[in-house]
Amino acid sequence: MSMNRRQFLKLASASTIVGVGAASVMSSISKGSLEAAQIHPDPMALKAKRWGFVVDVSKLTTEEDYQKCINACHNIHNVPSNPNPRHEVKWIWKDTYEHTFPNTAEDKIMNRELQEKNFLLFCNHCAKPACVRVCPTKATFKRESDGIVMQDMHRCIGCRFCMAACPFGARSFNYTDPRPNIKVENKEFPTRMIGVVEKCTACYERLAIGKQPACAEESNGAIVFGDLEDPNSEVRKLIAEKYTIRRKPEIGTQPSIYYVIGGGEHA
Amino acid sequence: MLEKALSGSNRYWAWIAFLLAVTGIGCIAYMKQLSEGLGITGMSRDVSWGLYIGQFTFLVGVAASAVMLVIPYYLHDFKKFGKIVILGEFLAVSAVIMCVLFIMADMGQPMRVANILLHPTPGSIVFWDVVVLNGYLLLNLIIGWTTLGADRKGVRPPDWVKPLIYLSVPWAISIHTVTAFLYAGIPGRHFWLTAVMAARFLASAFSGGPALLIILALIVRKFSKFDPGAEAIQAIGKIVTYAMFANVFLLGLEFFTAFYSNIPGHMHPFQYLYAGIDGHTKLVPLMWLSSILAVVSLAILVFPHLRKNENVLAFACVVLFMSLWIDKGFGLIIGGFIPNMFEGVTEYWPTFLETLITIGVWAIGFLVLTVLYKVAIAVREDDTAVEH
Repeated sequence: MSMNRRQFLKLASASTIVGVGAASVMSSISKGSLEAAQIHPDPMALKAKRWGFVVDVSKLTTEEDYQKCINACHNIHNVPSNPNPRHEVKWIWKDTYEHTFPNTAEDKIMNRELQEKNFLLFCNHCAKPACVRVCPTKATFKRESDGIVMQDMHRCIGCRFCMAACPFGARSFNYTDPRPNIKVENKEFPTRMIGVVEKCTACYERLAIGKQPACAEESNGAIVFGDLEDPNSEVRKLIAEKYTIRRKPEIGTQPSIYYVIGGGEHA
Repeated sequence: MLEKALSGSNRYWAWIAFLLAVTGIGCIAYMKQLSEGLGITGMSRDVSWGLYIGQFTFLVGVAASAVMLVIPYYLHDFKKFGKIVILGEFLAVSAVIMCVLFIMADMGQPMRVANILLHPTPGSIVFWDVVVLNGYLLLNLIIGWTTLGADRKGVRPPDWVKPLIYLSVPWAISIHTVTAFLYAGIPGRHFWLTAVMAARFLASAFSGGPALLIILALIVRKFSKFDPGAEAIQAIGKIVTYAMFANVFLLGLEFFTAFYSNIPGHMHPFQYLYAGIDGHTKLVPLMWLSSILAVVSLAILVFPHLRKNENVLAFACVVLFMSLWIDKGFGLIIGGFIPNMFEGVTEYWPTFLETLITIGVWAIGFLVLTVLYKVAIAVREDDTAVEH
């Protein structure tokens, strides 16, 4: 088979493009399970098979109880306070019973006290997260070691598929530059740029140095954090003792936040 | 062959200049979005996709519709589509290019878009959508260009192009199926969580796309010596009619399941779109307009003697195209986000800048389409000169 120079150049350039493309795709697929890890883990670091939360809303009574948790989280993580509610960024927030459990909103004759109760909402760190399933870049991923649903704001391309997929509205997108809306910057934690998605990451940076998540620390026992896979953990004891509910369990994502509604005596 | 796009009448160059100007305006608007973020659009944390993704979804359908010409011509040897099939293939090329541009316009961090290939994630439907859309773009570009090139030389297309043509048939189905899966696999959005989503997408694609093709074929005939063929146009009219009935039927199925089951989550998006919720009625007039246009188009198309008249057919096609553009390019995406995950309502309406960017992308699409059609028409006009 003979080939002139033009044909040769065509073939050579085409095969280079295909070859380089295929090589990069294959090498990334085979890397697959690679997970970021610290070189020298802190011996004090908190570890679990699957982190989870029990939120006892009966222990949240005043507005201040809620705000303390919210502020602790938002201040530490440089969460911007965007004045426009359409562009709001929030990692943890307060909302009504009807909004928290919208599938029960049809009930007009339910317990009034419950109906007027406010809840603390944040990422559920689901065992089968829909957001992770849809992410095209693995910018959001489930940490194999402890089940935290992580968010890599440097890899995120801002497609917002995770926002469409999350059944709990736990994700925020930076529609505008977040930095001018950070009142006091915490230099220990990165700020974000325009056009990426962010959310609660269960204070992974605090767990790594042996600290509880900020919201749990500030909650006066209303938020208990622990290992859902450990039958002797405090969260498991609370779940065994009290009546707990989770948001939208029918969706099948297996949320890791359990809500306690009443005090122990009525349960 | 591309040189054929470089010579044309004053009217041709005026049209190109107009499209370039609109593209330029769109680019300026996009520069603002790039520097200030997607906050310049009407999107919000509750309605996190809008006009861009709607247009993308709609145009995937337009792209897929080329298969409605390829199947009869290449699989059933329906000779009457011989001249028009190239128009379908080139329409697909320009539609896919618009799809890609709309996706890029929607990205929060467009510079990082290569991450989709650098960190391939086969579990994500987006990964497959990128694969099938780019593949489809290549297929149609190669097939269209090769067959047209052979035509110009008056020879048969090379044999290697045949398998590509056959491959393009299931590939066209795949682009719209995969695009439907973007939505139909999301657990928390009742409006999208429906098994007939892909079927609906295909039905609307196979009516809207060919309807646009009829309009384009009539324009081509009016402004050039190339005649795609009256019988071919009539045959496509038939395809449009059947597909539109299938589309309306499938939409009816959605209504039945939502309202007979009486499950609130399933009913709410339909209530929002067609009646409004708690006084939030921004989309209601638009959705009813879409429904009325659908009925009008079908009332014309269903009578063969009406659609035989090409002016009436063209009118019906314009009406039908508008109906589907609203239904799929707008309502389908926005409806998935309202009510939000807390059963609250945040409404959406595109901003001025967002609209300019959208029109800019359409201008680029028309620019690509004009250049490709100019080449195809020039080759075909030469053909007829030889034959006579």
